[in-house]
Parts: sequence; structure tokens; C-alpha cells
Amino acid sequence: MFFSAAIRRRPEFRAGIRDMSSAALGIGAWGLMTGVAMVKSNMSVLESVAMTLLVYAGSSQLAAIPLLFAGAPAWVILATGFCVNLRFVVFSLHLRPYLMHMPRWRRMTHGYLTADLSYALFTRRYASPPVGADEQKAQEAYLTGNYFVTWCSWMGMSLLGIALANFIPQNWGLGFAGVLSLVAIVCSMATTPLRVLAALIASVTAVAAYALPLKLNIVVAIGAAVLLCFWLEKQFGLDPDAEDNK
Amino acid sequence: MSGTTDFWTLAVIAGLACVTVLTRCFFFILDRPWGLPEWAHRALHYAPAAALAGVIAPEIVMTQGHLITTLHDARLYAAVVGAAYYYWRRGVLGTMLAGMAVYLPLHLGLGW
Repeated sequence: MFFSAAIRRRPEFRAGIRDMSSAALGIGAWGLMTGVAMVKSNMSVLESVAMTLLVYAGSSQLAAIPLLFAGAPAWVILATGFCVNLRFVVFSLHLRPYLMHMPRWRRMTHGYLTADLSYALFTRRYASPPVGADEQKAQEAYLTGNYFVTWCSWMGMSLLGIALANFIPQNWGLGFAGVLSLVAIVCSMATTPLRVLAALIASVTAVAAYALPLKLNIVVAIGAAVLLCFWLEKQFGLDPDAEDNK
Repeated sequence: MSGTTDFWTLAVIAGLACVTVLTRCFFFILDRPWGLPEWAHRALHYAPAAALAGVIAPEIVMTQGHLITTLHDARLYAAVVGAAYYYWRRGVLGTMLAGMAVYLPLHLGLGW
């Protein structure tokens, strides 16, 4: 955590800040639009601030907004948030050997604050887990500096977006920028032909099954896409392990 | 313009925060090493993109619960241009800006 002076004093902390700062603008802009999108879809300022400060996950926030607005049941919203966040489950498997020497609360704090870009930069700089106490501290300081920038720019700009949203007329439709950032995230996840197909099947299913109660169309869409892709995987005789690396 | 605060929404927000912690820390919450069952491992390939696509598709092609029947809708073109930009250049920021550059003139100028 960046509250610890012992971490802040290390040069790796500053290196982490430096490496991440070039991305801060993009993260900030996305945070700004997420802030605007929350208020524009009828969340109260208190709810928007709480979501920004607590959830700290842009794509699952943006996915939850229309579901909240439509009055979907809690479990559907949480299940959708979980599915949108599934990539982090894979990241956590990768990060495990880097963090396991720490006590649980400490590694969980690091885990909570490590978003996509921090994970990418950290694992690019340190291809293997730390050996020895000094290396452990160095890596921890770099990771901390890294997500310190992400956290500050995301939080600052999201809160700014919440503050400014009420001064922007509703009919400008700026909340649509949130949907567009999700389009980018879907594209970044659809890295193989079958994953593109999964996204397409889910889109069509979610629209076709829209009349289902409780927003179950999202759940049906995920189920249909995953099952159909399982089946196609078998038909084409694809190797799941090889697909992993794409 | 902004809605009222209600307890249910705040509870869901707290739940989503737990989902963030759970997913980001999934494999290092417990001390004992463990893995996912095979089917869950394979579902990871498809579920994330499917979940997001399932959420956003109705936001793009539906109005008030009905499939749009007109092509005079700014959202369609903005989404297509945004996706095209992503495959051309990558980056969330650029996708958003390119899409909004199409959306705003059509939406505000032509009322689509």
C-alpha cells in the first residue's frame, strides 16, 4: 500500500510511478466518462461516489449501471460483475507466487488495487517471482507505485465526472461514452475467432431474450455463448491449452 | 436529474466491491494452492466477452425494450466506428473519442 513509508522510499516506487504515468491520461478519461455515465443513468451522487470509491473496476461498474437502472435482482448484477471481472481470476493465478510471502491482508490489498494495466506493466517488468527479501520489497514497491498512479487518476477523474455530470444536459447522451468504452473492452477480450463468436452469440441472445424477467437475458446470453463455444471447440478439435496462450 | 439514494442500491454496490476483491484476489485468498476444474477453466475463455457483449448489445440496438426499427440511430454508427477504431489502433480512450465523434453530431445535429 502507498501508505507505508518504507515502500515509498524505495526507488522502485518512483519507477512504478514513472512507468504508469504515460497511461494516466487514458485511465483518467475513462474514469471521467464512468463518473458522468453513473450520474446520467439516474444514480444519486452518493451512490455514484460510493461506487467509485468501493468497486474500483470500470468495466464491471459500467456493466452494472444499466442493470441497476432496470431494477435487475442483486444476484444477476453481482453475477454479471463477476463474469466481466473473470479476467482478473486468471491474473490472480499468475500473481500468486509474487504475493504469497506476504500476510493475507497485505496481499489482498495489493490484489484489490491491481487493475489491468498495473498487472500488465508489473508482470512485464518482473518476468519471475521475487527471490530473497530485498527483491520481494523491490517488486512490492514497483507494483505499489504503479497502481498508485492508476488509483489517483481513476478516483480523481471519476469524482470530477460525478461533479460535472449535473451541469451537462441529459439529451447530449454523454453516458453513451460508457457503452463505447465497453465496446473497446469487449474487442480487447475477443482475441480468437471463437471468442468473437461468443460475443456475437451473447449479443444476439441478450437482445432476443430481452423480454425475460429479472434481466435473465444476460445470464441466458452467457450460458448460450459458453455452451455453444464448448461444443464448437470439440467440433474443431481445438486444444484448450493452446487457446489459453492467445 | 440524479435519482434518489436507496439502501438496496448501496447494498448492491457493496456486493460489487466484494466481487472486485474476490476476482482480483481469487487464487491468493487461501494459503493452500489450488486450481480450477477443467470446465471452469474453459469457460474463462468465453464468459468474460460474452457477459460484456450481453450487457451492451441491448444498449446499442434497443429502445425501451424494443429492437429499433430505423437505421436513423446514432448509437449504431458510433458503436461500429468505435469497434473499427479499436481494431485499427487499440486503446479505450481512442475508441471512446472516435465513437463519440460520430455519435454527438448525429445525435445532437440530426436528432438520431
